Amino acid sequence: MNKSVLILGAKSDIAKELGKIFAKDGYDLYLAARNVNELDEYITDLKIKNNIQIQKIEFDITKIETHTEIWENIKEKIFGVILAAGYLPNQKEAEKNWNITLNTINVNYTGAVSFLNLVANSFEERKSGFIIGISSVAGDRGRKDNYIYGSTKAALTAYLSGLRARLFNSNVHVMTVKPGPVYTKMTEGLVLNPNITAIPEKVAKDIYGAYLNKKDVIYTPAFWYIIMFITKHIPEFIFKKMTIR
Amino acid sequence: MKTFSWGLYPKYNGKIINIYSKNDLIKYFNTYSNIIPYGNGRSYGDSAISDYMLASKKMNYFISFDEKNGILKCQSGVLLSEILDFIVPRGWFLSITPGTKLITIGGAIASDVHGKNHHKEGCFSNSVIELSLMLPNGDVIKVKNGDEMFLATCGGMGLTGYILDATIKLKKINSQFINQYVIKNKNLLQTFESFEKYANFTYSVAWIDCLADKKNLGKSIIMVGEFANDFDLEYKEKKKLNVPFLFPDFALNTYSVKLFNYMYYNVIENSIDRPIKVHYDKFFYPLDSINNWNRIYGKNGFTQYQFIIPKDKSFDALSEILYEIHISGKGSFLSVLKLYGKENNNYLSFPIEGYSLALDFKIDNDIFDFLDKLDKIVLKYGGRIYLTKDARLNKETFYKAYQKLDYFLKIRNQVDPNKKINSLQSRRLGL
Repeated sequence: MNKSVLILGAKSDIAKELGKIFAKDGYDLYLAARNVNELDEYITDLKIKNNIQIQKIEFDITKIETHTEIWENIKEKIFGVILAAGYLPNQKEAEKNWNITLNTINVNYTGAVSFLNLVANSFEERKSGFIIGISSVAGDRGRKDNYIYGSTKAALTAYLSGLRARLFNSNVHVMTVKPGPVYTKMTEGLVLNPNITAIPEKVAKDIYGAYLNKKDVIYTPAFWYIIMFITKHIPEFIFKKMTIR
Repeated sequence: MKTFSWGLYPKYNGKIINIYSKNDLIKYFNTYSNIIPYGNGRSYGDSAISDYMLASKKMNYFISFDEKNGILKCQSGVLLSEILDFIVPRGWFLSITPGTKLITIGGAIASDVHGKNHHKEGCFSNSVIELSLMLPNGDVIKVKNGDEMFLATCGGMGLTGYILDATIKLKKINSQFINQYVIKNKNLLQTFESFEKYANFTYSVAWIDCLADKKNLGKSIIMVGEFANDFDLEYKEKKKLNVPFLFPDFALNTYSVKLFNYMYYNVIENSIDRPIKVHYDKFFYPLDSINNWNRIYGKNGFTQYQFIIPKDKSFDALSEILYEIHISGKGSFLSVLKLYGKENNNYLSFPIEGYSLALDFKIDNDIFDFLDKLDKIVLKYGGRIYLTKDARLNKETFYKAYQKLDYFLKIRNQVDPNKKINSLQSRRLGL
């Protein structure tokens, strides 16, 4: 039997590309997303191309009360979990509308923590598995233009870091992924700088390579490590006056 | 944002929008005008350039595959390369393939592309069993091979609607390798003789040295081949080269192209007695192994001029055109000559029975005047220009060259009377 991977937020462009790579490598997939039936064409394609099983799970990361049941039903079969669910609000709207801010926190942090807590307990007990969490470079430093999103990703990054340390001795690999901006449905309509914006295929390939090499934290594309290294070291009294896009 | 196709010319302020679903399409069809279906941006000129370019890249799923009979149904944004990766290890190949695999199946149909086997197996539409087409009013119709709408859509440059998916018939192969033979020819007459002599080979193409001396005009290397039978189908991925930046404009000039052609002609060996076994990637897609090869023409870009002349007049026409190129001294890095088979029934498909020559020209001040001059020669001999490569043809020449145009315009007026779908090319050509 193939190993199985659970992908949370399976409709995101990065998740779809990761699904393709894991499928090609012979993993069975559990695809969890809202309106998961929208993935039917994608699933048909993967099944034609690969000899694998795919299960759909109707899943809303903000519905915390459903998490336990969903996880209990599948946990025996799951070898690894990829957290790809995420929500990028319009910063200006989020500043004025609490519901948008709250939803951002719930998708990117509260919901993620709720589900990954369950996963972590199971994996710790059986001493195997992996967790890949997709955070963001935006979590490395709060910027004027997207700090509401960024702060939720900062929290997620810190959570994954702690989780990694906790599960290290249990043989569970926890990897934090920090992509820069990517051309996806999430960023469609935004004005993105083509020199630093990646395509989902590239990001997924980086993630898979890093997973095979058991990396702890990766920036993708890799040059973001340098950009963020510099960004993190700009003194606050200068940073606050800067406009970085 | 400045958008452009493979030739990097023209550059136009258009917007590329990714289409994820049928509903997306309906939304854009209802709200925008000046839209054109867009595949992988590999047509050369302005046929896929407009204000809103609706990209099919995200609609790239396989829908069904009949492994026994080699029938594949997939969405229109699937690249030929994605199909090959999947079918070759299973013993199948594309019935028809052009010289790049980095195009979408929707693009292949809209351009009704052809390849090295045209003289034997025709255009891409030959392998299309049926397709789904979204008309500009949002209706989705099934179009079967041979239908009036099929004849208008294959080669129709995306102007009849949006191709959603297609079912194609594949070709059985026993190897991923081709047995290739090479024939060197000293002049145009020899080149023509060789084409006739080796017309039984399924695949054939010639590379022409356009800058050869007057007495060697039409000097060429013909490559012919057949799939091998060694039952080696296992795919191995190879590293790609890249042209990482735009070449300076002076890099390609008469001297550098002459030097290249000289080297190429003299390094390659005649081998009509013993075939060389080459991978299908190398045989069909030699340029795909160099990413961004279009950048060697510099920032102003280039245009590919491809024309075809009826067979009985090909020799005279080509002699005349090669002579014009010779005296103009305009260097064409890549000049590809091929013998074509029978014309199909599609209204705007390019191929007719005869010889076609494709030439790349760097964009410079007097290139368009020069090409207008060549147009006149092509027209005089009853030939035509390939729309998929074109960025500059004028309406009068186009109307004279494409005799089935009226049938196309009738369909076009029926499905899109307000010309919601249009490209820079269709506006220029009055399509």
